[in-house]
Amino acid sequence: MDNVQQGDIASGPACPIPMTEYSTVTLAHGGGGKLTQQLIQRMFVPQFDNEMLGRLHDGAVFTAGGARLAFSTDSYVIKPIFFPGGNIGELAVNGTVNDLAMCGAKPLYLSSAFIIEEGFPMDDLWKIVLGMQAAAKNAGVGLVTGDTKVVDRGKGDGIFITTSGIGIVEPGAAIDPRNARAGDMIIVNGPIAVHGIAIMSVREGLSFDTEIRSDTAPLNSLVEVILKAGADVHVLRDPTRGGVASVVNEIAQSSRKGILLDEAALPLSEEVRGACEILGFDPLYVANEGKVMAFVAPGAAEKVLRAMRAHPLGKDSVIIGEVVEEHPGVAVMKSLIGGARVVDMLSGEQLPRIC
Amino acid sequence: MKYVDEYRDREGAKKFARMIGTITTRPWTIMEICGGQTHTIVKYGVESLLPPGLTLVHGPGCPVCVTPLAMIDRAIAIASRRGVIFTSFGDMLRVPGSSRDLLAVKAEGGDVRMVYSPLDALKIARDNPDRSVVFFGVGFETTAPANAMAVFQAHKEGLKNFSLLCSHVLVPPAINAILSSPINRVQGFLAAGHVCTVMGFEEYFPLADRFRVPIVVTGFEPLDVLQGIYMTVRQLEEGRHEVENQYTRCVRREGNVPAQELLRRVFRVSDRAWRGIGDIPSSGYALCDEYEAHDAEKIFDVGAISAQESPLCIAGEILQGLKKPHECAAFGGRCTPEHPLGAPMVSSEGACAAYYHFGSMHG
Repeated sequence: MDNVQQGDIASGPACPIPMTEYSTVTLAHGGGGKLTQQLIQRMFVPQFDNEMLGRLHDGAVFTAGGARLAFSTDSYVIKPIFFPGGNIGELAVNGTVNDLAMCGAKPLYLSSAFIIEEGFPMDDLWKIVLGMQAAAKNAGVGLVTGDTKVVDRGKGDGIFITTSGIGIVEPGAAIDPRNARAGDMIIVNGPIAVHGIAIMSVREGLSFDTEIRSDTAPLNSLVEVILKAGADVHVLRDPTRGGVASVVNEIAQSSRKGILLDEAALPLSEEVRGACEILGFDPLYVANEGKVMAFVAPGAAEKVLRAMRAHPLGKDSVIIGEVVEEHPGVAVMKSLIGGARVVDMLSGEQLPRIC
Repeated sequence: MKYVDEYRDREGAKKFARMIGTITTRPWTIMEICGGQTHTIVKYGVESLLPPGLTLVHGPGCPVCVTPLAMIDRAIAIASRRGVIFTSFGDMLRVPGSSRDLLAVKAEGGDVRMVYSPLDALKIARDNPDRSVVFFGVGFETTAPANAMAVFQAHKEGLKNFSLLCSHVLVPPAINAILSSPINRVQGFLAAGHVCTVMGFEEYFPLADRFRVPIVVTGFEPLDVLQGIYMTVRQLEEGRHEVENQYTRCVRREGNVPAQELLRRVFRVSDRAWRGIGDIPSSGYALCDEYEAHDAEKIFDVGAISAQESPLCIAGEILQGLKKPHECAAFGGRCTPEHPLGAPMVSSEGACAAYYHFGSMHG
């Protein structure tokens, strides 16, 4: 297939579709796993061919007018749009703020584009706008430009929001997925898999004894603390769609290093663990919206950890694994009972098991 | 988490691993029947704790893997009909039929919905009286009672728009088929704990006797599996072939009697085709005549379905424990979790998918 693809691209504009396995887009292409990666790497990256895009980071970093800027964009198509702990508007602001923060940047300005379905309740829109207002204030960013489109009833699913943002890269920050080095400690700022389970519990009508609330939060002030604590921060990633497992795989592949996670060290709340047990989900693949994974040189890890724990969003920070020279490109987890297994990327959507 | 953490304890696992190592004097081949056990073995790296020469082969107990291709094609044909709401457990949606899967039907506009219980499907039927709601009833004895209950309820309520596409299979006939094969190499079994929670384990005594194999009813947590292996190896080393119960916290010898009564009322035992293995007599359930108004196979005439398995796929040999996934020529090349040729590469409980993920550690 590769031959066909290259040959035809060279011959002119009449490119064939560079994927033959699927004639239509499936939900799994948007799941954040292997199919998403294939779609991006075959359909998008080669066609727009540039170094910044090729890095496949959360945002692009470039120099303009003497300043190092970060630029990122993200769309939100979540169902339900109101969920325990937040709504689609807060998520849209926090998500782009976080993508910029993961580039080592201080987020400055955001744009927001709304695609609204005819008949969408004005009250709901108002709640979403208020959510965005509060989130922008909380993150210290300005929402400075936007766009609104309304589509026919039935041609959208309530509301879709796309936010883009720019930020200024903190001096001295050299955050890049390729920078992970053997020995780096991997720190996460608290219990994982909360957002995905919060959404799942509402979407699927599951009720638990304790309400599980999304962890959606702007991480820029925590990232600022991390960057100030030690210069030796190599990679920052927010494990959103696809979860911690997708991040460790992407970083292992980008850096050509191995990653070793310790299952016993993974922070999980009892409620989330219980929900995952019931659904047959692996929390490593469940989405987060207020978590950052920091890959930090071993010498700086304690200092970074202390600084993170002093921040309200980082008080439960722990080390969950390390970067190793062995098994380059592959993430491995030491299991609770002491065995070892590969942590692969998800091939599609995580689906509840039969029994 | 109480009642879970105790069975995932590192020290406890080390203790059992040591005990297994101490009593093992010869190579043995043990089959874990259930896909849930395979999942635990892979997820927790249980094999890395066992002595060399002690081989685990992964049995046919993954419902996703043994559902025949023709049945999946039938499900796809029904789900593609106008007016149908097709409901299923999540992991059946991605199993490839001859040309596509149920997720593709959904992508093309079919009303395919994931549910967590057949009773959810029943609710959908109540809420949508003008639509025909079909539930894909897949699985072993474990999932059968809930499906029987859904049909029983629908019948009682007069919900004419609810039907079951029934593809239930039974464990003991599969063990019998594996042990009857002239090339069988399995010397002991970990029986599926949850199947026995429903059915009890009376039916395993004749099998253990006739084929002189130890059968240990085993749970699903890593310490359960390790203890089940220990009990099986101990029997093998001592030359015994008995039915033992490791999973005493859930399983009683007689099983769940009211559930069995419901099963007998709604289902009758029938011959079934197993994907990769073939026809096994009296190895599954079909709906009794009394409930045929809820039998999707009878309601929807989708014509003759002739499904062709990929000639490259050796799922049958894998499900019978005759070959390991990496011994298949298509493994990891033509056949991957993104583009599976056979079902064991699809399900997270499937042996091929498990090996694919585990194997990549070694390049």
